Amino acid sequence: MERVGEVIEASTTGFVAQCYELYQSPPLGSLVKTRDLPLELYGIVYNATTTSLEPGRRPIARGKDEASEEEIYKSSPQLLQLLRSEFSALVVGYRENDKLYHYLPPKPARIHGFVHLCPPGEVKEFSQSFDFLNILINTHLPVPADELIAACLRQMSQVYEDPHPFLVVAGKELAILLSGEFNQLKAILGRIRTS
Amino acid sequence: MTQEDIGGQRLGIVVSGSLNKGIEVKLHSSASVEDMAVGRYVTIEGNKRRFFGMITDISLGVIDQKLTLTPPDVSDPFMAEVLAGTSTYGTLHVLPTLTISGDATSLLEGPQPVKTVPSHFSAVNLASQRDVELVFGSEDEKKFYIGTPLDMETKICLDLPELVKRSNGIFGKSGTGKTFLTRLLLIGMLQKGTAVNLVFDMHSEYGWESRSEEGRKVKALKQLFPSKVAVFTLDEEGSRRRQVSTDFVVRIGYDEIEPEDMVLLRQTLNLTEPAVEAVYQLSRRFGKNWLQSSLDLKDSEETRELLKEMSIHESTYQNLQRGLATIRRLPFFIPHTLDNPVKRILEYLDQGINVVLEFGRYTDITAYILVANLLTRRIHAQYRERMEKAIGEDIALPHPLVITIEEAHRFLNPELASQTIFGIIAREMRKYNVTLLVIDQRPSGIDSEVMSQIGTKITCLLDNERDIDSVLAGVSGKSELKSVLSRLESRQQALIFGHAVPMPVVVRTREYGSPESYKDFIPGGEAEIRKQAEKDIEELWE
Repeated sequence: MERVGEVIEASTTGFVAQCYELYQSPPLGSLVKTRDLPLELYGIVYNATTTSLEPGRRPIARGKDEASEEEIYKSSPQLLQLLRSEFSALVVGYRENDKLYHYLPPKPARIHGFVHLCPPGEVKEFSQSFDFLNILINTHLPVPADELIAACLRQMSQVYEDPHPFLVVAGKELAILLSGEFNQLKAILGRIRTS
Repeated sequence: MTQEDIGGQRLGIVVSGSLNKGIEVKLHSSASVEDMAVGRYVTIEGNKRRFFGMITDISLGVIDQKLTLTPPDVSDPFMAEVLAGTSTYGTLHVLPTLTISGDATSLLEGPQPVKTVPSHFSAVNLASQRDVELVFGSEDEKKFYIGTPLDMETKICLDLPELVKRSNGIFGKSGTGKTFLTRLLLIGMLQKGTAVNLVFDMHSEYGWESRSEEGRKVKALKQLFPSKVAVFTLDEEGSRRRQVSTDFVVRIGYDEIEPEDMVLLRQTLNLTEPAVEAVYQLSRRFGKNWLQSSLDLKDSEETRELLKEMSIHESTYQNLQRGLATIRRLPFFIPHTLDNPVKRILEYLDQGINVVLEFGRYTDITAYILVANLLTRRIHAQYRERMEKAIGEDIALPHPLVITIEEAHRFLNPELASQTIFGIIAREMRKYNVTLLVIDQRPSGIDSEVMSQIGTKITCLLDNERDIDSVLAGVSGKSELKSVLSRLESRQQALIFGHAVPMPVVVRTREYGSPESYKDFIPGGEAEIRKQAEKDIEELWE
């Protein structure tokens, strides 16, 4: 199981994790989990940032005399230590006693909990139910919900041999959830179409 | 119960409805609206009982009106697949007609008329063969296979003993297969021996072979059941030319005609009201031989005296004479007969032999009304007498008799229905074990009181609004059946509803006219005809 970071901020609805390596945040919409025994919390990555370590110090442009971007990092190796990558995940479910629940856990994640990218088997298991879509639709996030939902479904569909049936079922679920908002539905469907 | 047990395809769920107006079913996304058809059967799995119903309407729905204003791009198969059954869906309108409860008593009693509706979101399936069999029964010594439901192989059977207890009607536009249906029904009654038939065969189609519309020769009753059918004819010559083996040539004496017979002919003979009155007066005066005596009246002073005495006006007399002359021109009316056709017909009927009376070339409506009415009145009187005797002396009741008449609106129109014997038979029904099989193409012309007494109605395609209304008068779910009726195919399809079937049913009628079909009708014993059928099949290949 690939470890991608460590929780540095947590709330009931989500958590923020810092990546161990700069720029190594998991893709938008991917399913991650963190452990807080006996619970395992599942989150969907909705945002990733790379900022200066100290909030007051902004990076400055350094590449004027360098030939390539790689050269910048080579000539100033301290940069890797002065910057950090973080990603935010929306909690969409948890596992307790080997049972999956597609709703919010009783308590938030622990700080310094390790965050792992879920392996395909687990993604498949989690995506058997589309109840989490409701959470994605109804939470106000800095990223547009359409984009996040589409990204999430695209990510999940990759673990299936034939993603088409999965996307159709997901699409039907969305069609019901977004029954009054046909334009939003159309936007999402346009982003998850396979062909 | 698993899906396999039920057998039917999953269609959708109940979303709304009422007992009066029927039930709305939202179609499941896996079922295509284009595969549905009005007239098909569905079962609804309620919580406590199963419902059996018929699809009567199909419509399209959208979850959001915006979809109709800005339609999505359905050339994209993914979009189309996602939207089908969710944002856009089909709805079925189902008319529930029967319930089948699970407990033991109701299993014995069979399906019951529906008195409630299934609860919300009950599953709806296409009825399986077994469901249809459960409702309509399978072929046995009482039930006669008449056809199959649309898109199914199950046999729809009519309960013949129940059928002959009431008068029945076969309706449909010209050329929709009324004659074929009638032949089938007659064969059914013959085969199951539930009743003897007396057929007034206006176009000589039921006794001996005739040609179908495609020009194919089609066998009729006498050829299939020679020992059970007797062909009587009014037109001996015509029958001989057609090489029909007739059993009796009907001749009717003038003295058989009673004043009541003339009343019916008022319209066809163009008689005035006083002329009909005059007939009664003449009959009082001359007795049984009134017709002969009236025809014999010479244009003399004596006659004028006589007419004056009976206060019959000269012009009335002339009018009557013209009418009587029309009757006299019919060759099968002769002054005196030695044999009594009524007696002969009854003899045959008593032996359980069915009688088909061919009219040959006398297809004129005057002859038909006069003869049919004359014979039926006497036969009915005989039956009435016997029935009363049977009840009084506690002996076996006479065999049920079914009288088949064509062009029924001529006998049973509102003006005549109260006077003709057919009107009486239709109304008093089974009391005297005589019922009617009415064949007609203008059911709106039949008196509504008579129509309401018809037990089982079998109707082929009708497209006149008034005809449809009169056939469906008083049936529950009329407007739904109307849409089914007007969408029947013009051949080989009929809607059956009423006493002999538990619920209205659209059937594709059983095949009739091919050598194979004849074979099915003939019971095992009659090896000779079986052989004949095989020969017919061989001839086809020659």
